[in-house]
Amino acid sequence: MALEARFFLQYAAGAGDSFTLNVDLRLPGRGVSAIFGPSGCGKTTLLRCIAGLQQVQQGRLHINGEIWQDGRTCLPAHRRPLGYVFQEASLFSHLTARGNLDYALKRATATLPVISCDEAVELLGIGGLLARFPAQLSGGERQRVAIARALLINPRLLLMDEPLASLDLARKREILPYLERLRAELDIPIVYVSHAMDEVARLADQLVVMERGSVAAGGPLAEVLAGLDCGAALGEDAGVVLEARVVETDSRWHLTRMAFAGGDLWLRDDGAAAPGETLRARVLARDVSLTLEPHRDSSIVNILPGEITDIAPGSDPASALVRLKVGEVALLSRITRRSLQHLQLAPGRRVWAQIKSVAIVR
Amino acid sequence: MLLSEADLTAIWLTLRLAGTVTILLLLLGTPLAWWLARTRSRWKGPVGAVVALPLVLPPTVLGFYLLLAMGPNGAVGQFTQALGIGYLPFTFWGLVIGSLFYSMPFVIQPIQNAMEAVGERPLEVAATLRAGPWDRFFTVVVPQARPGFITAAILGFAHTVGEFGVVLMIGGNIPGETRVVSVQIYDHVEAMAYAQAHGLAALMVVFSFVVLLFLYTFNRNAHQSGIRYGA
Repeated sequence: MALEARFFLQYAAGAGDSFTLNVDLRLPGRGVSAIFGPSGCGKTTLLRCIAGLQQVQQGRLHINGEIWQDGRTCLPAHRRPLGYVFQEASLFSHLTARGNLDYALKRATATLPVISCDEAVELLGIGGLLARFPAQLSGGERQRVAIARALLINPRLLLMDEPLASLDLARKREILPYLERLRAELDIPIVYVSHAMDEVARLADQLVVMERGSVAAGGPLAEVLAGLDCGAALGEDAGVVLEARVVETDSRWHLTRMAFAGGDLWLRDDGAAAPGETLRARVLARDVSLTLEPHRDSSIVNILPGEITDIAPGSDPASALVRLKVGEVALLSRITRRSLQHLQLAPGRRVWAQIKSVAIVR
Repeated sequence: MLLSEADLTAIWLTLRLAGTVTILLLLLGTPLAWWLARTRSRWKGPVGAVVALPLVLPPTVLGFYLLLAMGPNGAVGQFTQALGIGYLPFTFWGLVIGSLFYSMPFVIQPIQNAMEAVGERPLEVAATLRAGPWDRFFTVVVPQARPGFITAAILGFAHTVGEFGVVLMIGGNIPGETRVVSVQIYDHVEAMAYAQAHGLAALMVVFSFVVLLFLYTFNRNAHQSGIRYGA
């Protein structure tokens, strides 16, 4: 069960400029694989190559043992059993929402359905929209219908090209829970292209970071995010994700205690987390500072002991990224190079990590 | 009304001609319009220019060359003769062929424009929904370009009804065969039968006005349905 893709593609993109996509990729055959990178790095092109919408000079694509593209053979897009959610509205304007769903149902492969029509309508909450034309739907509603339509074609692989990018924050918040349900309830692999790290941290199991047409890093989300080279490339987005279990809530101070493989974290209790639940939390490198002594006189609640494992230059000349081991997990901390020198930090040094903020992403 | 038997024959002939030409142009013009809308070939420019030629050429020029081509010394004429059909000038089908050329841009260009406006994306979407090329054409392109087809049919029909020069060059003036309304009016005027000419001429004015009125109202409505609500 895996997706193996190798693509080479080169074209002129404007005056004297050329774009090269050179990718050799292996993704697991289940879960959400996020393709992350700045705009223009080739994420969408890669997705289009997988879908067969983009001609390539050299390509090889095997999906769970099936050959979609290899040397001479190249399945045209309409023969590939995949669902594709486009970045912007892609509903057929001459059909109602129901008509758009029927378009997919009529052409779905006759295998065991990924999801029934009623389930898809329920999952995406579009029951009340079916009689309307795309022009009468909001951006978020259109995108939900488009996602349902992509599922009803009965895909063995779901490709999503920044499905939230064209939406404002409120609409993003409206759709994200649906995407999470999708991820939890469907048994097909999803390749999710995004340039927003918060979406990726929330949805992805696997992460592929792309830079200028090639893969800069790839692997399980937590591992890739804890890597220093990836951290430098992510800039402000550098940080790790942790799986943490809710242990108790402190009703007096409205705080929640969460246990992770590196110790305990206290978080503001927003009432959403119940004890026993496992959540995914994100700790940004810029929110972690380092001290040599545990400060008792600090307002920071979460102070954890750790050991520096490696140090790398940050994304700008003033900063450095420090990776430390806290219990069994890695944390990233972004500090200034001056502090690095001043505190004489080096691999093996024991430090205290002061964590200013933790975001629960799931 | 001041319509004589001959007038009615001319009207019926005109409608038959315009109907035949419109149907043939829709059938033949659609693939050409599709090609023009999609191709990146260097032939797009020349072919598009040829399609547009009848817009600027005097109908007499068009008629003259068609007359030569379909006559006994022309390639088309020799071909039709070999097939046993005879020569086409001064026949109904000769008029049909002349009108096909004459009205061609009025049918092809609206369809081509509408197809270009559909764009690449709906076709890609349809491909990811397992629609093959033919399926995509009939379930996405045709319905989305529908206003273009309607405009094309109306303009093609109306323009053929209003044809005069080409008819005169290759059709002549044979009652029931090539004497269409415009030629009939010309005949009335030549014969100083102004009252008769008025009857037909007024009918043409009303017809043309109604057609254009419908077209503009329809286009405005088609445009309005594109308004987006919400985000």
